[in-house]
Amino acid sequence: MSDALDLGVNEVVGVSRIEGPLVFVEGTGSIGYDEVVEIIDARGQMRLGRVLEVGEGIAVVEVFAGTTGLSIDGTRVHFLGKPFHIPVAEEMLGRIFNGLGKPLDGGPAPLADRYADINGQPINPTARVYPVDYIQTGISTIDGLNTLLRGQKLPLFSGAGLPHDRLAAQIVRQAALGAPAGQSSAKSEQFAIVFAAMGVKHDVASYFRDSFTESGALTRVTMFLNLADDPPVERLVTPRAALTLAEYLAFERNMHVLVILTDMTNYCEALRQISNIRGEVPSRKGYPGYLYSDLASLYERTGRIKTSEGSITQLPILTMPNDDITHPVPDLTGYITEGQITLNRDLDHQGTYPPVAVLPSLSRLMKDGIGEGRTRADHSHWSSQLFAAYAHVQDVRALASVIGEEELSKADQQYLKFGRAFEQEFVNQGLTENRTIETTLDIGWRLLSMLPKEELTRVSPGEIEQYYMDSHGAH
Amino acid sequence: MSEQIGRVTWINGPVVRAQGSRHVNMLDLVEVGEDQLVGEVIGMTGDVITIQVYEETSGMRPGAPVYTTGLPLSVELGPGLLRSIFDGVQRPLPVIEMRSGSFISRGMHLDPLYRKDRWNFTPKLKVGDSVSGGMILGTVPETEALEHRVMVPPNVRGALTWIAPAMQYTIDEPIARVRTESGEQELTMLQHWPVRKARPYKSRQGKAEPLITGQRVLDTFFPLAKGGTAAIPGAFGSGKTVTQHSIAKWADAQVIVYIGCGERGNEMTEVLQEFPHLIDPRSGRPLMERTVLIANTSNMPVAAREASIYTGITIAEYYRDMGYHVALMADSTSRWAEALREISGRLEELPAEEGYPAYLADRLAEFYERAGAVETLSGQTGSVSVIGAVSPPGGDFSEPVTQHTKRFIRCFWALDKSLASARHFPSINWLDSYSEYMEDVADWWRAEVGQDWYALRAQAMEILSEESRLSQIVKLVGSDTLPDEQRLVLETARLLREGFLQQSSFDAVDSFSTVQKQIRMLGLILLFHRQAQRIIKLGAPINVIHDLPVINTMIRMKTVVTNDDLTKFDDIEKNINEQIKKLETEYL
Repeated sequence: MSDALDLGVNEVVGVSRIEGPLVFVEGTGSIGYDEVVEIIDARGQMRLGRVLEVGEGIAVVEVFAGTTGLSIDGTRVHFLGKPFHIPVAEEMLGRIFNGLGKPLDGGPAPLADRYADINGQPINPTARVYPVDYIQTGISTIDGLNTLLRGQKLPLFSGAGLPHDRLAAQIVRQAALGAPAGQSSAKSEQFAIVFAAMGVKHDVASYFRDSFTESGALTRVTMFLNLADDPPVERLVTPRAALTLAEYLAFERNMHVLVILTDMTNYCEALRQISNIRGEVPSRKGYPGYLYSDLASLYERTGRIKTSEGSITQLPILTMPNDDITHPVPDLTGYITEGQITLNRDLDHQGTYPPVAVLPSLSRLMKDGIGEGRTRADHSHWSSQLFAAYAHVQDVRALASVIGEEELSKADQQYLKFGRAFEQEFVNQGLTENRTIETTLDIGWRLLSMLPKEELTRVSPGEIEQYYMDSHGAH
Repeated sequence: MSEQIGRVTWINGPVVRAQGSRHVNMLDLVEVGEDQLVGEVIGMTGDVITIQVYEETSGMRPGAPVYTTGLPLSVELGPGLLRSIFDGVQRPLPVIEMRSGSFISRGMHLDPLYRKDRWNFTPKLKVGDSVSGGMILGTVPETEALEHRVMVPPNVRGALTWIAPAMQYTIDEPIARVRTESGEQELTMLQHWPVRKARPYKSRQGKAEPLITGQRVLDTFFPLAKGGTAAIPGAFGSGKTVTQHSIAKWADAQVIVYIGCGERGNEMTEVLQEFPHLIDPRSGRPLMERTVLIANTSNMPVAAREASIYTGITIAEYYRDMGYHVALMADSTSRWAEALREISGRLEELPAEEGYPAYLADRLAEFYERAGAVETLSGQTGSVSVIGAVSPPGGDFSEPVTQHTKRFIRCFWALDKSLASARHFPSINWLDSYSEYMEDVADWWRAEVGQDWYALRAQAMEILSEESRLSQIVKLVGSDTLPDEQRLVLETARLLREGFLQQSSFDAVDSFSTVQKQIRMLGLILLFHRQAQRIIKLGAPINVIHDLPVINTMIRMKTVVTNDDLTKFDDIEKNINEQIKKLETEYL
């Protein structure tokens, strides 16, 4: 790409066709695929764009801010000879930028340490360090059953109207490097948060901002905001800009970076819109066939590498259209990310916060971050047992709705009671309640003790001996 | 090094068109632009050449030169493949890391195999011997776990005029000379083979041995034969990767080729970090010594993802030709199919189902047909077993990739999301899965393990399908209304599910079961079933059977009894008989 820089600026006056956010330009000199473009309208206003397709003397340009106000003859197009770059610097922490990385907070443009290509480059699998350090979020359903590790990508699958923003803010507030049960965890010094909003409402952006302010983290946060009324095409750049800064902070400045991307569904819709206008062959629900690769190019920019102390942990938020987990956006996301935290509307209606649906949630990396010396030796069996027991509760509930609770066997009635208590005491917790891993494990054992010992086949006899409580609460 | 054949005229992501020479061959390897990005010719119209580029084309300009190498996309074969990790077009990732740091940069031209290593070559033929393709010239201890057999390339035939004495050589140095019809030819330990072409063998073999994976649900219920094909379809989170990893760890193949095709970077890192420390129970050596990894993660260029499958299977065939049993895992073939779809879309081809090109089924067939147990050119037995993961969107098996795959495989291990939610792993649904190798491998089981394998398996399957039928009734009326014989079926089915089918890949004892352990466990559960059936007929109520302590013992036996000490099963058998006996005396 550096060679492209020397080729100088290539300018064309007038375009041949304008369609939606796309501009078709003829009579260009030699321009590069994926190059950045400045488009100047008849009144001298500049907007940015990107080359989507090039042939000899022709180019298709995607205009980030939309084509409103552009005319065929009055438009000038500058080809800048390089892919989209943003400045990166430590002093960008504490600042707010728009979706393309221009300051929104009235401050000056940041003094760049260097300019980085927003597309990044794939991390070599041999250069990665496998994540093993767990992050204590203080939330039982996450720490206990879907443990989040540093360097993991774990999305929140939510629906419109569910409290995913509150949960994400709580995670940010409480997150600390986990310590074995019984020891206190230390809040990491070198942490940073990169927040990218794609097509979300103003309220959501300001909710996060207020939340960061309250927790005193604002000086460690960089926000990239593309709000609901901002141009949709810009959304394709926003997460890339955010991740480019995150990579700089994590891998060159050794920080532990938590990246929040919200809402991925809006991002995918913008991608579909462009694909549609270009007349590409659609796959499922009109989304382009490369949606998987495109999402992977974002989600895979997570992890740890050998040459740096830092890490990138991703917490993307997506709202499932019509709460449908098989919709292409959550579906493809689930295939790329290392698990998912799924929120459930029924639990929300019951007043359970956070309404985490335990069974469809998963953390793939959990097995390597828990156990002796990390959390506690019984953690793995304990969580498997809770999952199994709670899965059985669902069967019993289905049966009870047909034959009535009274007709259930004694064991099944105990399961029903366990299920209710599990939701009320384990899943449910306060908005500011920060549980230690020990508290979480203890609540779990207290609940499991509502079931007969013979039912607990996933935990070892020794663990039952040590942690099972008889009716008066003693081990 | 290469000849210029044209200039780029059009660029759309990984697909590039160039105009120039009409003398280019389909599927030739080309280099595009000043960075010399590697690509492959996938179409020609007059003097317009269509190329798929294996690297990111960002910044490429029309007018950029295109060079041809005059050769099709090929892999390097020779000592040094084992323990390696390559990208989809066989570039060594550790060398890329040394050259370009933690991130993969573009336009790197690297030798797949390290040239400076010296290998201990021992000749097996002598001057004057007449040789033909596939014959073993000599051997090299590639790793402590595996002897590399240096073969005469498939297309060479003649008389040996010189063979190198036993000594250390690099893969570039000559080790033999053959007088062929077209003159004398010098051979080295290094060979090339075009990835899209299957390597030759003498004949396919009919007799089948099972590929033992140490996973009970697979070996006992849905066995795969050596040289067979299997698919593992499943929604996300249903455990495809964990199952593939388990097979890669414990399968009784001599060589494992693991292709991470469009999957997560961390998963490949996990294998890289874990395999050097895991010990193969058969060779006693680290698993990495028999493993070749191909990693083209989801964020690496999509065209190279398409190639990765072929790179992997060609390497697998090469070891097969030495007379080894090779198991190849491809995770996931859906990502490969999507790469085909993406390229096809950019070529503006007319799509068939769900945007996939009409030739999807052909490509799948070509790939799976490269599996097989064969008699090699040198007369030995070797096999390539292929296990492909499939990632159907939304977990819906009716989608094109799953459906077409089903036509070309003979073993179907269906993963079930609801089992995975209840953390029943491996979440292989015993009612939806099937294996067409049952009859083929039955002889082996009878001879090596026990006469009653087939019968035991049939009984267990009957109990499990009976459970599924009964559970429909239970859902409506509860289990209390069922007669005791049927409630016993539910009880035994639970034992089978929790005590036998469930297997933890992370438990030291449970992660791998020998076939002897498997058949013993199954035998005990069914012994219990028969005994309980008998005393229920005599009037013993199901409640007291349910409370027998031996049930808990049987659920835990998988983690308690180790593979090398099966005598503990005798105690459990005694327990079953005694506890039943006790009830019998009480109720008679």
